[in-house]
Amino acid sequence: MAAAAPPLKDELDIVIPTIRNLDFLEMWRPFFQPYHLIIVQDGDPSKTIKVPDGFDYELYNRNDINRILGPKASCISFKDSACRCFGYMVSKKKYIFTIDDDCFVAKDPSGKQINALEQHIKNLLCPSTPLFFNTLYEPFRDGSDFVRGYPFSLREGVPTAVSHGLWLNIPDYDAPTQLVKPLERNTKYVDAVLTIPKGTLFPMCGMNLAFDRDLIGPAMYFGLMGDGQPIGRYDDMWAGWCTKVICDHLGLGVKTGLPYIWHSKASNPFVNLKKEYNGIFWQEEIIPFFQAATLSKDSTTVQKCYIELSKQVKEKLGKVDPYFVKLADAMETWIQAWDELNPPTKAK
Amino acid sequence: MSQVIIKDDEVDIVIGALQSDLTSFMEAWRPMFSRFHLIIVKDPDLKEELKVPGGFNLNLYTKSDMDKVVDSSSSTISFSGYSCRYFGYLMSRKKYIISIDDDCIPAKDSKGELIDAVAQHITNLTTPATPFFFNTLYDPFSEGTDFVRGYPFSLRSGVECGLSCGLWLNLADYDAPTQALKPSARNSRYVDAVLTVPARTMLPLSGINIAFNNELVGPTLLPAFRLAKEGKFRWETVEDIWTGMCAKVVCDHLRLGVKSGLPYVWRQERGNAVESLKKEWEGVQLMEEVVPFFQSVRLSEAAVTAEDCIAEIAASVKEQLGRSNPMFARAAENMVEWIKLWKQVRSL
Repeated sequence: MAAAAPPLKDELDIVIPTIRNLDFLEMWRPFFQPYHLIIVQDGDPSKTIKVPDGFDYELYNRNDINRILGPKASCISFKDSACRCFGYMVSKKKYIFTIDDDCFVAKDPSGKQINALEQHIKNLLCPSTPLFFNTLYEPFRDGSDFVRGYPFSLREGVPTAVSHGLWLNIPDYDAPTQLVKPLERNTKYVDAVLTIPKGTLFPMCGMNLAFDRDLIGPAMYFGLMGDGQPIGRYDDMWAGWCTKVICDHLGLGVKTGLPYIWHSKASNPFVNLKKEYNGIFWQEEIIPFFQAATLSKDSTTVQKCYIELSKQVKEKLGKVDPYFVKLADAMETWIQAWDELNPPTKAK
Repeated sequence: MSQVIIKDDEVDIVIGALQSDLTSFMEAWRPMFSRFHLIIVKDPDLKEELKVPGGFNLNLYTKSDMDKVVDSSSSTISFSGYSCRYFGYLMSRKKYIISIDDDCIPAKDSKGELIDAVAQHITNLTTPATPFFFNTLYDPFSEGTDFVRGYPFSLRSGVECGLSCGLWLNLADYDAPTQALKPSARNSRYVDAVLTVPARTMLPLSGINIAFNNELVGPTLLPAFRLAKEGKFRWETVEDIWTGMCAKVVCDHLRLGVKSGLPYVWRQERGNAVESLKKEWEGVQLMEEVVPFFQSVRLSEAAVTAEDCIAEIAASVKEQLGRSNPMFARAAENMVEWIKLWKQVRSL
């Protein structure tokens, strides 16, 4: 069988945050090896994390982050996988795929190993359909199409900014749910990709995620989490809510569904509860905030949208807790750092 | 997840008979239908006697019954063709109504087992819907799954489900142009999910395989929009698409849920898409006009029942769409008349 060149080989970076080791890459080798990796090493920078042979990579530890960003490094979390967004910032590629180091290759119902990266690329390269729900899910997939009644004027779709994958085995539950159902495993393979409709929010998980850096990169800030912060395990969700509001505003699509990966490690629910504790209450204010957030017509770039959002965060969520004032400032710092490392090459 | 207890006397299965010999259809569905009361409505244009096998608890309605309730000389409401089932809805006094086209038989799931579409629809209708936030693991009330991390706790009790939209294997519900372009396209993908279509997101409601809570949304399922050359194939009608958009607006306003996904039915080969396309294409054009209307229509706070909502939608249709095309004006009249009929029949 002739092997086709790996799609987007020189246009996609794989960003992996790690604090332990990268042993999981061995299982992914057949799918990942052609691609460039950006490893973001969290925790103790004096520790050496070995990257398996044969991978082309760059690795950044905390010292590197501090050196590259200087005082702006304050926006990058420490002792939390949220630090991965530093990888998005230093990448020079159009597409990013990010995956956790406890995620392995899953099998589809036929027993075949799932090339998650390939599916994410398919999702990103074909349009999204956020303006009208297609009951047969992704209409651009083989064997599917738009159903009767789907407006013809909406069948071209919009560009896809985000591809949100799912997980078999350990599901991504919050701490209270984990405590109540410690043995529940996700065994259901739902053979669908679908666009999350415009105006609808969702909880984005950073375990198995891909996005178009050119279209939405600056919105993928994973917030202030971990060491010295009053909250954890809300990094990806925060990025997801900002991203969705901005995608809705700019007419971009967010997809969810396939591909599945196999999530192997169940984190400690008691540790999680401590991290999530504030979030559980704050969420009740955060969600209405994002649901009601509107951006001005003048916000025509992701950066402008993001800065506008950060001001709204400071003004409205700042009342909930001073953390949000800090977070709003960090959001601004993030954009400054992003623009410094990614000077615009042409005006939008 | 506790088993849903189906009270047999709460369900009506309404079948619109467009073909005279229902024997093979009824026999195929016997294991799923036999517990319940059936309402069979004969297409008033069908000349032949209906053949229905014994052993079912059913009521049969024909043209003469329709003539007693609706004065065809003064009314523009027509029960011809696929609209005959609406007479069944009008006559039903049950809480849940399930309706399946008479060219569909039970499908098999991915394990090869026959799907009890009735039971699945009832499960959908009797478990909460979650229209205000998207759950990435789909139906959180399904066995083996739950709300994911980041799903706001205050939204986890959900809302009542008003409508359950099922899907089709084999002949999918594509429009005539799509099926004509891909004559051999058949839907063979079994997507093992039910999900709530988010609030304020429109979808194409296919009448082929649906169920609804008659107490909550009954009057919303109405025969209003008829194409001039509407025929006896789904490719030649958009009546359900119109009704579906009304129903979604009503459900969104009344804070009820609309679910889509399981169950699947197996749709048998019937008709020729190219022939249908030659006959009827105007409807396809007309529907483009109505989409922006339905996406933006908002109802007043005074509209607290389905009847109130339909009255308001009808008034808006007459005012905004009625001017451009008399077909819409007639649809609005039909809607107003239907509500009158609905109340009249129930006051007897």
